[in-house]
Amino acid sequence: MISGTLLLAQLLNGLQYGVLLFLLAAGLTLVFGIMSFVNLAHGALYMLGAYAGAIGYEKTGSFVAALAIAMAATFLVGLVLERLAISRLYRRDHLDHVLATFGLVMFFNELARILWGPQPYFVSVPDALSGTVELFGFNYPSYRFLIIGVGLAVAVGSYLLIHKTRLGMLIRAGSVNPAMVGALGVNIGLLNAVLFGLGAMLAGLAGAMAGPILSVQSGMGEPVLITALVVIVVGGIGSVAGAFYAALIIGVADTLGRTFLPMLLRQLADRSVADAAGPALASMLVYLLMAGVLAWRPQGLFPAHKG
Amino acid sequence: MTSLLHRPSHWVPLVLMAALAALPFVAQAIGQPFYIALVARMLAYAVAASALNLALGYGGMVGFGHALFMGIGSYAVALPAFHGADNGLLHIAITLLACGLTAFVTGLVSLRTTGIGFIMITLAFAQMGYYLFVSLKQYGGDDGMTLAAPSRLGPFTLGSATAVYAAGFVVLALQTWWMHRLRSAPFGMVLRAARQNPRRVAAVGFPVLPYRLAAYVISAMLCGLSGVLLANLNAFASPATLSWSTSGDLIVIVVLGGIGTVFGPVLGAIAFLGMEEILKAYTEHWMVVFGPVIVILALVGRTGLMGALAKLDRAPSQTPATAKTAATPAVQGGH
Repeated sequence: MISGTLLLAQLLNGLQYGVLLFLLAAGLTLVFGIMSFVNLAHGALYMLGAYAGAIGYEKTGSFVAALAIAMAATFLVGLVLERLAISRLYRRDHLDHVLATFGLVMFFNELARILWGPQPYFVSVPDALSGTVELFGFNYPSYRFLIIGVGLAVAVGSYLLIHKTRLGMLIRAGSVNPAMVGALGVNIGLLNAVLFGLGAMLAGLAGAMAGPILSVQSGMGEPVLITALVVIVVGGIGSVAGAFYAALIIGVADTLGRTFLPMLLRQLADRSVADAAGPALASMLVYLLMAGVLAWRPQGLFPAHKG
Repeated sequence: MTSLLHRPSHWVPLVLMAALAALPFVAQAIGQPFYIALVARMLAYAVAASALNLALGYGGMVGFGHALFMGIGSYAVALPAFHGADNGLLHIAITLLACGLTAFVTGLVSLRTTGIGFIMITLAFAQMGYYLFVSLKQYGGDDGMTLAAPSRLGPFTLGSATAVYAAGFVVLALQTWWMHRLRSAPFGMVLRAARQNPRRVAAVGFPVLPYRLAAYVISAMLCGLSGVLLANLNAFASPATLSWSTSGDLIVIVVLGGIGTVFGPVLGAIAFLGMEEILKAYTEHWMVVFGPVIVILALVGRTGLMGALAKLDRAPSQTPATAKTAATPAVQGGH
C-alpha cells in the first residue's frame, strides 16, 4: 500500500520543509533567547526575502545573485527595524512585542500588496537545477536537494558561529547576562542589532529559496511563521540546536501527516469523509504535537543550557 | 456633581453609553441606517474585547487565541440553524457550554506555561479550531456558511441590524457593569494581584491557578457571545473569524482602549473599527497606515484612551486627593 519510494520521497520533502523552517526558527529563537523578544514580523521578513529574490532573479538572471540580493535586503531591513522600533521594546513585556510586531505585519503585508499587487508572483526554478537526481530508482528534483543542502550548511555554520567564534561567544554571554557583557565594554546595542539583522537575513534566505516552489504573495509569511513559532516552542526557546531538531521533526511530521493521514483515514472511514477530515487532521497534527510537548515539558524538548 | 464633571474618565463612559442607547433612534430619524450596522459591529467587538480584557488585563494572561471563542460562538448559531434549530436560547446555551468546556481544557494545558509559551499555545489552539472548521466541508468549509435563520428569542429575532444592535447593547451594558463589580470584588483583586506577583498571592494563601482558570473560562464564554452577535449581524459564519489576525485585532482593541480598565475595551472597539472605517473611505490600503499606528501605540506605552482620559482628570482645579483616586487604572506590565 505505502511504497518505499513514496515514503522516501515524502521524507525528503519533509526534510526540505524542515530546513526551511529551521532557517526561520534560528533567527526567531536567537532573538527570543537573547533579547527575550517575540517577533511576529519575522514572517514579513521571509516574505520580503521572497519578493527580493524573485525580483533580483528577474533582473539579474542569476539565482546566486538573487539569493545574495534577498539576504542583503532583509539584513538591512532587519537592522533598520531593530534600530527604529524593536530595540526600544526589549525591556517591555511580551504584550508590547506582540502588539508592535503585529502592526509591522499589517504594514508589510499591505505594502507588498501596494508595490507588487495582490496576485501571486511565480518564480521559475533556475535552469541548472530544474532537473532531477536519481536516487534508489526514483527521481527527486535537484532544486529541493539544494534547499536541503543550504539548510544543513546554515545549521553547521550557525553551530560554528555560536560555539567557535568571538561573536558567538559574545552572543552566548549576552544570553546569560547582557548587563555584565555591556559592563565589560562590549557594545551590546550593536551586538543585538547585528544579531537581529542576521536572523532577518536567514528569514530572507528562506523566503528567496522558497520562492520557486511556492507562490510569492502578500501574507505568505504568516502560515510559515506560525509553524516556525511552533518549532521554537517545541525545540526549547533560545536553543538553536533545539530549533534544528524540532524543525526537522515538525517538517517531517507535517509532510508525512499530510500524505498518509488521509490515506489512513480512507481505510477507516468513508472516502468523502476521509478526504475532508484528513487534511484538517494533518494541519492540526503540528499543533497537537506542540500542545503535547508543552503539557509534558513546558521548557521544550531540547532547552538551551543557560549559565 | 462638579467633581464628576472634572473627571472625564468617569463621565465619558456614561455619556457614551447614553449616546449608544440613543444612536439607533437618531440614525433612523436622519435616514442613515448604515450606522446601525457599523455600530452594532463595534458593540460585538466591544463585548469580545471586554471579555478578553478579563484574561489579558486583569489576569495578565496574554491570550493570543480568543478568535477561537468568537468562532465557536458564530458556529453555535450557524450549525443549529442549518439543522433547523433557530432557538436563540439554545444558541446561547451551546455557545456558553462549548466555549466554557474548550476554555477549561485548553486553559488547563496553557496555564502550565507563562510568557511566550502561553501566547504560543493559545495561538496554537486557535489555529487548530481554524483548521477544524475549514475541514467541515458539509458546512461550507473554507467559504463559510450563510445563516439559515437568525436566532429567535421568543417574539424577538436577531434578523436585523437594529435587533442585533439592541441585543449587543444589552449584553455590553450588563457585561460592563459586571466587569466593574468583578474588578474590585475579591475574585478580581486576587486575579489582579496574581498578575503582579503570583508568588506573593500564593504565599498569602490563594491558589493562583484556579483563579486564572476561572477567569479564562469566563472570558471565553463572554467572548463566545460576541460570536453569536456577529454571526447574526453578518448572517454568515466563516472560519476567517477564527484566523489569528482576529485574535491580534482583539488585543489591539484592548490595548488601544486601555488595558485592565473596565470601559477601555469599549472605547478601543469604537476607536479601532471607527478608524478602520474612516481610513477605508480614503484608501483600500488602510492597513499601511494602521499598522504603524499600532507600532507607535506599543512604543509610547500603553495607557490607552482610558489613560488619556485619566490624565485629563488631573485638571488644575482639582484637589490632589480626587486626582489620586481617579488615576486608578493599573497598567504596569508584568510577565
